[in-house]
Amino acid sequence: MSRSHPSLPLWKEDVSFRAADERFVMRRQFGRAMALTSLGMFLGNLWILGRTWTRRLAPRNPSAVVVAGVSELAIGQVKVFAYPTQDDPCLLIRLSATSWVAYSQKCTHLSCAVVYESETGRLACPCHHGYFSAATGEVLQGPPPRRLPRVHIEPRGFELVAVGMEDDRA
Amino acid sequence: MSALAFFIDPSRCIGCRACERACAECETHRGVSMIHVDFFDRRESIASAPTVCMHCEDPTCAEVCPADAIKQNEDGIVQSSLKPRCVACSNCVLACPFGVPKMIVPMEQMMKCDMCYDRTSAGKRPMCATVCPSQALAFVSPEEIARDRREQPVNVFHFGNQEVVTKVHLMLPLARTALEIDVADQIWEEMP
Repeated sequence: MSRSHPSLPLWKEDVSFRAADERFVMRRQFGRAMALTSLGMFLGNLWILGRTWTRRLAPRNPSAVVVAGVSELAIGQVKVFAYPTQDDPCLLIRLSATSWVAYSQKCTHLSCAVVYESETGRLACPCHHGYFSAATGEVLQGPPPRRLPRVHIEPRGFELVAVGMEDDRA
Repeated sequence: MSALAFFIDPSRCIGCRACERACAECETHRGVSMIHVDFFDRRESIASAPTVCMHCEDPTCAEVCPADAIKQNEDGIVQSSLKPRCVACSNCVLACPFGVPKMIVPMEQMMKCDMCYDRTSAGKRPMCATVCPSQALAFVSPEEIARDRREQPVNVFHFGNQEVVTKVHLMLPLARTALEIDVADQIWEEMP
């Protein structure tokens, strides 16, 4: 926007006492701005919706991935692995001699990384003190709205294999 | 707006205060006069002077207003504060070199002379000028004032280093092109 009084300091022009220099926002201008803003928000929501749908339609059972050896973890120990893609960190926890569980590491509240607390058997999110049961992934306390998505683990021979992801959209 | 201009000649003022009464008649500020007549040293002198807004080209009142409430319109008339904006801080009252703006405390708003904009914008004369019996307040054409008066109309004032150019003219003795006012001299100090 070109300046109407280039000799004046900017602040004097911005708050000019001359009524002629007032830049009124007309009703139609305001209405147009409102309409364009809502249109932008509507299109943004459509985009989000479309992205969610395409993700939902994508195959949810990726190939099995070897996560760890059967004897690799002691009871109460944890291993971080990526499943189903390299960008999805998950936690493998050995609960007892014969049971392993694995969950997505992303807290369902705001996607902070959860950590395993072996003494209480909980998965704790440090960001807002959300707690999940290590046995089932259910929310025990705090703001998370859903349980942690579970990764199905299958012992095959001497290896633990991730064979699929529980639907986290429930 | 017509080519008529406002001329004030304090030497003609007889202190009748008709202007104040006429101003207070206006329905936009009924009962409150936007003009005032000053009496100087009443025991010794009959001197009096009316004060209307001088309508500066760069109005100090508007420049100091923190709420952007005082506006100068396209005709150069500096208007009363806008009611939704005025915060009643009295900055303008203190800043005006002519002492024009008035804080109307019950209304929490500054009001000032707007040269009867409703009248002058329609080609009529301001109320005070229509009633002034000695034409100390005259709203006439510059040619008419040059023809009828001996004094010189001046609209440049020097307050210390500040030069104020106004829309309203003050009638001064001849050979004066600007009115110099020594600000320091006007500051009241206790005599030793």
